[in-house]
Amino acid sequence: MLAIDGTLLDFKQLDLLAMRQTAIHRLDPRAKIITTLSFIVCVVSFNRYEISAMIPFLLYPAVLLTVGELPFGYILRKIIIVIPFALVVGIFNPVFDREVLMQIGSLDVWGGWLSCLSILLRALLTASAAILLVAVTGFPAICEALEQMGMPQVFAVQLLFLYRYIFVLTDEGVRTARARELRTFGKRGLGLRQFGSLVGNLLLRTWERAERIYMAMLARGFAGQVHTRQRGHFGRNEVMFVAGWISLFVLLRCYNVPQLFGRLLTGTLP
Amino acid sequence: MHMADALISPAVGGAFWAATAATIAYCSARVRRELDDHKVPLMGVIGAFIFAAQMINFTIPATGSSGHIGGGLLLAILLGPYAALLTIASVLIVQALFFADGGLLALGCNVFNLGVFPAFIAYPLVYKNLIGRQPKQSRMVLATILAAVVGLQLGSLGVVTQTAVSGIAALPFTTFLALMQPIHLAIGVVEGVVTALVISFIYRARPEIMAAALQHKPVGQLPIRSLVATFLVATLLIGGGFSWLASERPDGLEWSIAKLTGSEELPESFSQAHVVAASLQEKAAVLKDYALPSAAIAGADSAPARAERLSTSLSGLVGGGATLILCFLIGVVLKKRKR
Amino acid sequence: MSHHIVEVKNLCHVYPDDTVALREVSFLIHHGESVAIIGANGAGKSTLLLHLNGYLTATSGDIRIGDAMLAKATLPEIRRTVGMVFQDPDDQLFMPTVFDDVAFGPMNLGLAAEEVEIRVADALERVDASALRDKPPYHLSGGEKKRVAIATVLSMLPEILVLDEPTNGLDPHARRQLIALLQAFHHTRIVTSHDLDMVLELCERTIVLHDGRVMADGPTLKIFQDDELLKTCRLEKPFAMQGCPICSPDKKPLPSQSPLVPPHSSKPHDHDHKH
Repeated sequence: MLAIDGTLLDFKQLDLLAMRQTAIHRLDPRAKIITTLSFIVCVVSFNRYEISAMIPFLLYPAVLLTVGELPFGYILRKIIIVIPFALVVGIFNPVFDREVLMQIGSLDVWGGWLSCLSILLRALLTASAAILLVAVTGFPAICEALEQMGMPQVFAVQLLFLYRYIFVLTDEGVRTARARELRTFGKRGLGLRQFGSLVGNLLLRTWERAERIYMAMLARGFAGQVHTRQRGHFGRNEVMFVAGWISLFVLLRCYNVPQLFGRLLTGTLP
Repeated sequence: MHMADALISPAVGGAFWAATAATIAYCSARVRRELDDHKVPLMGVIGAFIFAAQMINFTIPATGSSGHIGGGLLLAILLGPYAALLTIASVLIVQALFFADGGLLALGCNVFNLGVFPAFIAYPLVYKNLIGRQPKQSRMVLATILAAVVGLQLGSLGVVTQTAVSGIAALPFTTFLALMQPIHLAIGVVEGVVTALVISFIYRARPEIMAAALQHKPVGQLPIRSLVATFLVATLLIGGGFSWLASERPDGLEWSIAKLTGSEELPESFSQAHVVAASLQEKAAVLKDYALPSAAIAGADSAPARAERLSTSLSGLVGGGATLILCFLIGVVLKKRKR
Repeated sequence: MSHHIVEVKNLCHVYPDDTVALREVSFLIHHGESVAIIGANGAGKSTLLLHLNGYLTATSGDIRIGDAMLAKATLPEIRRTVGMVFQDPDDQLFMPTVFDDVAFGPMNLGLAAEEVEIRVADALERVDASALRDKPPYHLSGGEKKRVAIATVLSMLPEILVLDEPTNGLDPHARRQLIALLQAFHHTRIVTSHDLDMVLELCERTIVLHDGRVMADGPTLKIFQDDELLKTCRLEKPFAMQGCPICSPDKKPLPSQSPLVPPHSSKPHDHDHKH
């Protein structure tokens, strides 16, 4: 039961974080979307054994977290939850890839371990990029930005509807599930047949709600077109943000900075 | 299962993004053209319903474990393929953003695996063909289960193929396939039964909804088939092209920069920097670009190569650690300055 | 500036499943009147309301709003004139922020951005919700949602306000606030409700529906005094007219005197209110 309420809280929590007013929150959403996507592409384009070169990429989430004044612990917990999903597949790497690629002292390190660690790091970086994008932008703003960037309006509008009614319907779902839980003892009553009518009921209520929403839209002159406000302005700050980060990403992608740094420290730089 | 950013290569991610963007554009145009205004709120609200429904678990008979509904096929049956695809895509977008479930680059793959397959293959080719005009309960259940199984088998095949082509995970294609398909067969059957239960509930309570759903424009066999074929071919072409280019030019990013600047060759200044970088990398990198492990291992037995490898791995470790500390310090400093 | 009257003549509605929801309903509402439509569950209130802005089409009978007969051609104008506030504000607030929601109607009317801005500001001001402007609807309280829902129709400058169960689900304070707000309006108001105390305060006239028929139409006070009528229509006197349960000698026993609670444990009640 806690898990359910938790999901609902997550939506609300990220939504509240997105309402803060920091320098990053104020940027045009498009700038943040472009930067996030470039970040992800750069990270996943590394070869499968790369680890050290990826580490400097942690800078981007770190800066968003601090400048965006986001709660570190909360975001970290959210990211850690998803890592096992990537690891389910990655954990097989050491089984199938036993080439010795590295030695630490007398310890042979298989390529599989390196690539598994690499997957872990990728998961960490890409997941944090996605969650931080919402936390500093907010979902509705992302939808509007995507529409400005060419996403079809029908799709944008229904994304907005989806987001709006997640709050209403998950609430309804939670209440229904709670009502069932309170009257089930052990595993009885949690079976498929009960599930069918419970979810069917929820679906019917949803359907009727959609009909009422449509009525409310018609009552206010809806004629097929939803006019969303075009806000945001892609100005100098945005250009600097995007250009700055992307050039840093490209630089970090082309040069293995930690490797160079390490050579400097260990004195093996040619 | 969702495809994850951590397991994907830019070529695969990019190809499926392109295919998915085209599909979404096409479906949006279709929904728009059908001029069915009332679907606008309906699609969004039903998408939200999928979230709510996924919060409600059920016990899977004979196993004692619990599951929840996926919803792809249910949406296709209720809304028709075009609106369903848009709804599934938006559910996946919300999951990718709020729960980092899958990831943003893998979104294309996920929409394809969990959206295109159920909406454009399982629904029109299996469900619609089996159910006939005057559906009976047993036949409906059968059609739903079969369609769910087909949809999930294809989706699972998609995940395995995309993972294998990306080459980040070392799991061999056949082993992964042998693991995934049976699991998804079971998931498919359960999903089918649950979908059938919900559908028959709606059928009893509000038959007119299902009657309208049955009347979705006979999704003419030909256009759908050719549509799917077109997308598959396009994906293969784009994906194949991407990976060929990626293998020609080991570094996908360099290639895309070349592409962006419109020339085959890298810009002068960049390529000069690249020469320096390459010479550095030559000496420094354990594994150059996309070189495969076998290649790296091939010449590895000679003593100097081994010594160099050890020194580079040491410098990698030290440098990596130092960078990590540096990133952390930057964060701390930024935080301090805020106060 | 015609005298915006609402005229309903012999309105009948039969649903596709042959349920008869309205039978020969007729009434006339004048400009500035505040009218309650009351009745038991399933009496036909909601069906009637949905006819007033043309969402449902009458099986037979006519509706006239101002000078216009309700028909497909007059629908846009009628929907602007008749502002409809739905029972569940979650159905009415579907845009990302309060501003977007209140602007939805004016934008559909094709107004310029500056005009929309002014209308939204005015409407929010009227319902005392200016501070909520940039909030998303799911972060609002029940009372706030209700007031914003009213603002979403006020921004279209309607002449007639139709409210379905406006006080439903509100806490006593929010309910009081809403009643005061509605009393301050000069629009023609048509309200359905089970909150008969609110009806007593807000509406000088009441129409009683029962089984799809108009059972009574007259001054609110007179209708609430007709015990026989209320009983047949499955209604009850507003609490304000029922007399105090503590001082009236012939009333039912109080809960504290019921056999379930031992008499000794109940404290002597503070009975200090005045009549």
